[in-house]
Amino acid sequence: MKSKWWLIALAICLAVACLAPLASSSPDGLERVAEDEGFLGLGQDSPYQIIADYVFPGIENEALATILAGVVGTLVLFGAAYGVAWLITLRKRQTA
Amino acid sequence: MHIPDGFLNAATVATTAAVSAGGIGGAVRIVGKKLKEKQVPMMGILAAFIFAAQMLNFPVAGGTSGHVIGAALAAILLGPWAAVLIMSCVLIAQSLIFQDGGLLALGANIFNMGIVASFSAYYVYKLINWLAGANRRGALIGGFVAAWFSVFLASIFCAIELALSGSSPFAVVLPAMAGVHALIGIGEGLITGAVLVLVMATRADLLQLKRA
Repeated sequence: MKSKWWLIALAICLAVACLAPLASSSPDGLERVAEDEGFLGLGQDSPYQIIADYVFPGIENEALATILAGVVGTLVLFGAAYGVAWLITLRKRQTA
Repeated sequence: MHIPDGFLNAATVATTAAVSAGGIGGAVRIVGKKLKEKQVPMMGILAAFIFAAQMLNFPVAGGTSGHVIGAALAAILLGPWAAVLIMSCVLIAQSLIFQDGGLLALGANIFNMGIVASFSAYYVYKLINWLAGANRRGALIGGFVAAWFSVFLASIFCAIELALSGSSPFAVVLPAMAGVHALIGIGEGLITGAVLVLVMATRADLLQLKRA
């Protein structure tokens, strides 16, 4: 059980992601400042879109699309950071 | 605080990209030596948690929202270099997959929310632990203040980059960014303190790379 503590932690992270539809949709601090001070228009859209604005494409229910985007991102980041940490400690483990 | 493309000029993009690339290189070297094997899953969990928590924008004054950065939590739990790596993973994924934060602005975003936020939080936390004692109370107060300060300082660096790029005059953008992020930082402080208490109660053995 103790060695699998991270499974419980990952489940908590996924639960947090499922709260995403409740998030405030007001502009964030930087966006607000850019709008107020008149430089928001300088912003350029990305040349491509995958899961733009945390809404999974092709799903009509917006809450569901947001949750799916959050779940996908949470799993991707767990895998990515785990993988990076595993790779960069590889040499240390081999010499130990 | 994710800067989109278009807000920064070429010189600022190039400078911040170079500094962040160097920072990530240093982080890979140091974390590769110091991270314990049982801390490897913790790196994944923190990245996953910070990504999920960043989706939860909370309202602050006047039709504005904010979300946590998360660098303070990572820096306190695993040290500043591990936090730089975790924040870089989160910011790269947000930019590449979720179109949050520009591709060219990635260096600046990693610098502000990764390097500046992680190191400032880490040293403020150390300072408060030294003043208030390295106990649970010190951790709670230290976590709150360190997290608040990391958001505040990151917003100041963000404002400096915007001003240097000519997007907005320094005298305008600096107080505006610092003001709104002084409020957002309170949310960061509360959430960081709460999660620290939870982690300390459950898995205190996973904390810190130092003396590895």
